[in-house]
Amino acid sequence: MTREEIIRPENKVYSRPELLTENVTHYCPGCSHGVVHKIIAELLAEMDLADKTIGVAPVGCAVFAYNYIDVDWIEAAHGRAPAVATAASRLNPDNLVFSYQGDGDLAAIGTAETIHACNRGENITIIFINNAIYGMTGGQMAPTTLLGMKTATTPYGRTAELNGYPLAITNLLAQLDGTCYVTRQAVHTAAAARKAKAAIKKAFQNTVAKKGTSVIEIVSTCNSGWKMTPAQSNDWMAEHMFEKYPLGDLKNE
Amino acid sequence: MKEEILIAGFGGQGVLSMGKILAYAGLMDNLEVTWMPSYGPEQRGGTANVTVILSDASISSPVLDTYDTVVALNQQSLDKFEGKVKPGGTLIYDPSGIHHLPTRTDVTVVPVDAMQASIELKNSKTYNMILLGALLKLRPVVPVDAVLRGLKKTLPERHHHLLPLNEQALLKGMSLV
Amino acid sequence: MEEEVRLMKGNEAIAHAAIRYGVDGYFGYPITPQSEVLETLAELRPWETTGMVVLQAESEVAAINMVYGGAATGKAVMTSSSSPGVSLKQEGISYLAASELPALIVNVMRGGPGLGTIQPSQADYFQATKGGGHGDYHLIVLAPATVQEMTDFVALGFDLAFKYRNPAMILADGIVGQMMEKVVLPPQRPRRTEEQLREQCPWAACGKGSRGHRNVVTSLELDSAKMEVNNLRFQETYRRIEENEVRYQEYFTDDAEYLIVAFGTVARICLKAIEEARAKGIKVGLLRPITLWPFPKEIIGNLSKKVKGILTVELNAGQMVEDVRLAAECRVPVHHFGRMGGMIPNPTEILEALVSKLNIQQ
Repeated sequence: MTREEIIRPENKVYSRPELLTENVTHYCPGCSHGVVHKIIAELLAEMDLADKTIGVAPVGCAVFAYNYIDVDWIEAAHGRAPAVATAASRLNPDNLVFSYQGDGDLAAIGTAETIHACNRGENITIIFINNAIYGMTGGQMAPTTLLGMKTATTPYGRTAELNGYPLAITNLLAQLDGTCYVTRQAVHTAAAARKAKAAIKKAFQNTVAKKGTSVIEIVSTCNSGWKMTPAQSNDWMAEHMFEKYPLGDLKNE
Repeated sequence: MKEEILIAGFGGQGVLSMGKILAYAGLMDNLEVTWMPSYGPEQRGGTANVTVILSDASISSPVLDTYDTVVALNQQSLDKFEGKVKPGGTLIYDPSGIHHLPTRTDVTVVPVDAMQASIELKNSKTYNMILLGALLKLRPVVPVDAVLRGLKKTLPERHHHLLPLNEQALLKGMSLV
Repeated sequence: MEEEVRLMKGNEAIAHAAIRYGVDGYFGYPITPQSEVLETLAELRPWETTGMVVLQAESEVAAINMVYGGAATGKAVMTSSSSPGVSLKQEGISYLAASELPALIVNVMRGGPGLGTIQPSQADYFQATKGGGHGDYHLIVLAPATVQEMTDFVALGFDLAFKYRNPAMILADGIVGQMMEKVVLPPQRPRRTEEQLREQCPWAACGKGSRGHRNVVTSLELDSAKMEVNNLRFQETYRRIEENEVRYQEYFTDDAEYLIVAFGTVARICLKAIEEARAKGIKVGLLRPITLWPFPKEIIGNLSKKVKGILTVELNAGQMVEDVRLAAECRVPVHHFGRMGGMIPNPTEILEALVSKLNIQQ
């Protein structure tokens, strides 16, 4: 069989999602962001939502998300994405509005906006990348950093006495009457990524159906910040992160 | 025509709403009006005062330091504003609870016992309308009819049955001076 | 709704004017002395008539970011607050300016600094006109002196904001927020349709629709050379605004030997002082800047060539006086008279200050 005979449309099993732009991402090799971006891009095309989607980008590693997924985007100030998404959604009720935020953005500086948007039951999807560290600014402690974890601002490991406890904010959001779907997923294996995709799909469906706020936490790795190889990071995440942040649905109404 | 009026008393005596009714009457009578309250903690029972200006020309300052007419409804207000009445102006006060009487001789000083009159009308809420009646008798800056039209326009429909009582209170106040 | 004559507070007028202008969204947080704006909107329920969104946010920070989010989709959106709340909004205001988004912010000023007082003030002049947040930017700043202007400046503020793609601010003192006056409310304007919005705001991130390409609203540009180009573009916009949008009002300046410069309600108190001054034979005029930015430098410069002295009267320790001095270019003495902390000067005080500070011989 020749090369030309193999490369035919009918033999094609995988292609780049049409909504992923040609831009080379700034993410580190092995980072979870790329997988989640791809899932979003695939879903928006599959669900035929690309033309009515407004994404709200955070401050953090995903600050340039708008360069990679070919939909309309608003870049928010640090932590304010849920407030920005609130107005975008209320003023454009026929659009799909989602925010894409990291742990510092969502669970530290933007805690108030996150909780109140969820509590009002805004018709938005919140995608929350929890890698337990501030990636963009160089690996400082996040609200979700585990006890004992070494970061640039906890060089001897996070202690409860000095820094308080890791914040499982998604558990908190599940308690709020405004949320309809709260789930914790990961993308470190193909199986996990498929489940995460199903979860994000469900969230987008909820948003389109105006059912309230959907929150998808993706427990993620930051191999650069964690100072590990991508493979080591995945193992370390499974071993340590899932204990504090167990995967699965917290709320599904 | 231009009349600069200050109404001062305790919060809860209806000082601000008396001013508001007067301002509405001015609006009904096609006058230019400003209603400038002293606001803040006063709203919770301290002293409150409101400046109302009625004029047939456009009004410059809503903030004044002398007035054509002052209505003082407690000792504190009387002490503070007696000296602010322009010579030849009018000072109306409610004598209940007043220990130091006003001493000005270059202004028209008129006590109006609106408290007693409101008891006679068996409705303490008529208090400020009685005072307004007295004010309008002394300083007929707007017709009584304009006051009633203003009230009718601003009161919600469900309170319209109170209009006759208000008219009665206005007339009662006019009869007191 | 037709044109209507009403008696109302400046704060209430803002709410009525917003609905009648066809504003798409209001996002606010209660703070004295401007809470009537949100209260009046809630009472009027415009979401049932014009479709305007009204939302009480969890904080001023959230409210201004809701404004940012709404403005980014091309909608006509606004917020209102008072001094301490406006300080909290500064981050969002800087982002609005940097993202070249139209929006209207109302500041009904109260006395500061800190929690200060709830009484009237003009102490946020610097914050409003020099850019209260970070970076080189300007707001279009309108200073109303009457309840009618509170009404009219909602429309003017939005028109200018959309014309220049730059946020506008109504900088009101607590007096005009709380006082009631006769006001002519304009007839109802319809809100823009989706098609009109897309035509007016081809930059809006409101979903690609049939546009064929994505829109991104952002203030981020890590390439310094490109960020400088962005800054140059902002400055070019500011120059155009300075050329075209200066607004002011002159009173008795024709024969004036002395000049008072005052804005907002204080200008009206000054007018009363001027009436008294003229009765005593002192020829004094008034210049009332309506736009505080762009500042009416040229007219003040011209007037400084014919008067003997200038006094600014402000509810602060001396802020606008700096701009007046720059405009007067040291031709004549420029003094300031102010009250602070929520105190309001009366006409007699102003007249006394005029005579003593400008050394007027009677």
